[in-house]
Amino acid sequence: MARSTQSTGGLDFDRSRRAWPNELNIFIALILIIGIFEILGQTLPYMNEQSFLFDTRDRFDSIFNEARLRIIILQVAIIGIIALGVTQVIISGGIDLSSGPLVGATAMIVMSFAQTELVNGGPNPKAVFGQWAFDLPILLPIIVGLAFGAMIGAINGSLIAFTRIPPFIATLGMFLICRGIAQAWTRGKPVSFPTEGYAGLGSGMMPVYWFFGLAVVFHCVLKYTVYGKHTYAIGSNEDAARMSGINVQKHKVMVYMIASMLAAFAAIILSSKNLTAQSGMGIFYELYAIAMAVIGGVSLTGGRGSIIGTVLGAMVFGVIQSGFTYVKLDAYYQLMAMGVIIIGAVVLDKVRQERAASRK
Amino acid sequence: MSEIILETRGLTKHYGGVHALNDADFLLHKGEHVAIMGDNGAGKSTFVRQITGVEQRTSGTVSFDGKEVHFSGPIDAREAGIETVFQTLALADDLDVPDNLFLGREITKCDWLGPFRLLDYKAMREATLAGLERTAVKIPNIRNTIQNMSGGQRQCVAIARTATFSSKMTIMDEPTAALGVQETAQVENIIRTLKDNGEPLILVSHNMRQVFDLVDRIIVFRRGRIVANLNVSETDGQDVVAYITGAKTGAEYEGAA
Repeated sequence: MARSTQSTGGLDFDRSRRAWPNELNIFIALILIIGIFEILGQTLPYMNEQSFLFDTRDRFDSIFNEARLRIIILQVAIIGIIALGVTQVIISGGIDLSSGPLVGATAMIVMSFAQTELVNGGPNPKAVFGQWAFDLPILLPIIVGLAFGAMIGAINGSLIAFTRIPPFIATLGMFLICRGIAQAWTRGKPVSFPTEGYAGLGSGMMPVYWFFGLAVVFHCVLKYTVYGKHTYAIGSNEDAARMSGINVQKHKVMVYMIASMLAAFAAIILSSKNLTAQSGMGIFYELYAIAMAVIGGVSLTGGRGSIIGTVLGAMVFGVIQSGFTYVKLDAYYQLMAMGVIIIGAVVLDKVRQERAASRK
Repeated sequence: MSEIILETRGLTKHYGGVHALNDADFLLHKGEHVAIMGDNGAGKSTFVRQITGVEQRTSGTVSFDGKEVHFSGPIDAREAGIETVFQTLALADDLDVPDNLFLGREITKCDWLGPFRLLDYKAMREATLAGLERTAVKIPNIRNTIQNMSGGQRQCVAIARTATFSSKMTIMDEPTAALGVQETAQVENIIRTLKDNGEPLILVSHNMRQVFDLVDRIIVFRRGRIVANLNVSETDGQDVVAYITGAKTGAEYEGAA
């Protein structure tokens, strides 16, 4: 039995029985899922021995199928940014259902402040405001978007913290309000033709860089700052947090504000990437973001989870989505399969927790 | 007698029409360990809640360390030097021992970052080990989360908080109510350590043996009033039970209940 330097009072502490980090499980699951798709690709009769992960074409000398990896990461990056915020909300013991519609509403509003005057030499056919709103500096739409996100988050957080209504209800209401704002903003018409600078925010692989950059930032915030520690404490035992002197209400407002600002930022990147904003943008995003967090081991009861887990959860999510397309699974069945996988992830987590609890 | 650390005069708390606590005059000297006993609903926990600022008293005064105090919350009380181990453990299950010990009063670096100021894990870990050492609390691995600990270990963590921060007074509300024999013994050892260190303690307990083992003085509550103030050396279990049940009332409290 190994003696630990942290051992105190003469009791032994067996390092080999220390908890296996949850993130490692998800990483193994990610590898397994990739393996399954690889095997399916090699064995399914209609697949012509394609490879899921590796590059089999002679013309290129790369090992991996970079195009596929790029697409996998790119398609989860924007929802992944939302998931970073949702992770914090869930760790604090709440839930945020409003992030998807918030993406729609923010995209509409932000795009209105990012329009360019001349389109192909003629006036912008999608103009929302008058002359003054054309070709504004790029910082302005970003600030407007983040401020809108902060406002929605502050309302969410205040409702939950001060009126003590369940987060599910508060954010469900905000879900409808935001979708309404998105539709009312231009009476349903799309907003298009952003300035060149704005379009650059989400072009190419930019969403991926934003995703990983923000993931690193919030990983550090959750792990190394008082804000992070208090988020875990509140999700773990709200009464204890209150009795320990944490201003729980203020903290909750802050958590929801940060989450909504991340969703608003995702909307900026998404509208920039698509060069347009539509009121229907971000449908299902709130659920996908929650799914990424949950697959990544964030406990819906609060107190447990990590940004690393959520990033891995997003990867699992992307690999599964891409893999379904790769094995030519009908799009109609993809949603169903996704649902099964999310439920499976939660059940697995539950089983793991109970096993860990009975082992002591 | 030595200096007085805590004194209440006419401490009263009404919940609507319910007079949960009436006119409680209480004294605690430095280095003294006092037990509060009484039946369920006698006002023990109410009394503790008024001192620690969890609730606001209806009337009366509380003086702590020579000054009259008005705690607006448990944080105020803690900052003044009153550490409380609550009946419901105020621990966060998913955090480890140092995190719990320092919850709400973390040692931080770069304080200009406001809510995002950095945690000084190393300093907190060292202070935790020192605190556990001082109370002789045995916890195999302080990095373990609370959910993986036994009831006794949890209670020890809760109590170790008081030792980690140099508090002037400790209040424990039924610290061994849910513990096994061994675990109870461990908690009682910590209490003895506090006694040896000269830290005053208010112990709320139902356990007669424990009370007679550990404290100097017993205060009995009945129906919201203090009905007896007994030196352990001058009383016995039967006597205390008589006071608790109302068969007897202390001479100086005659007519109170």
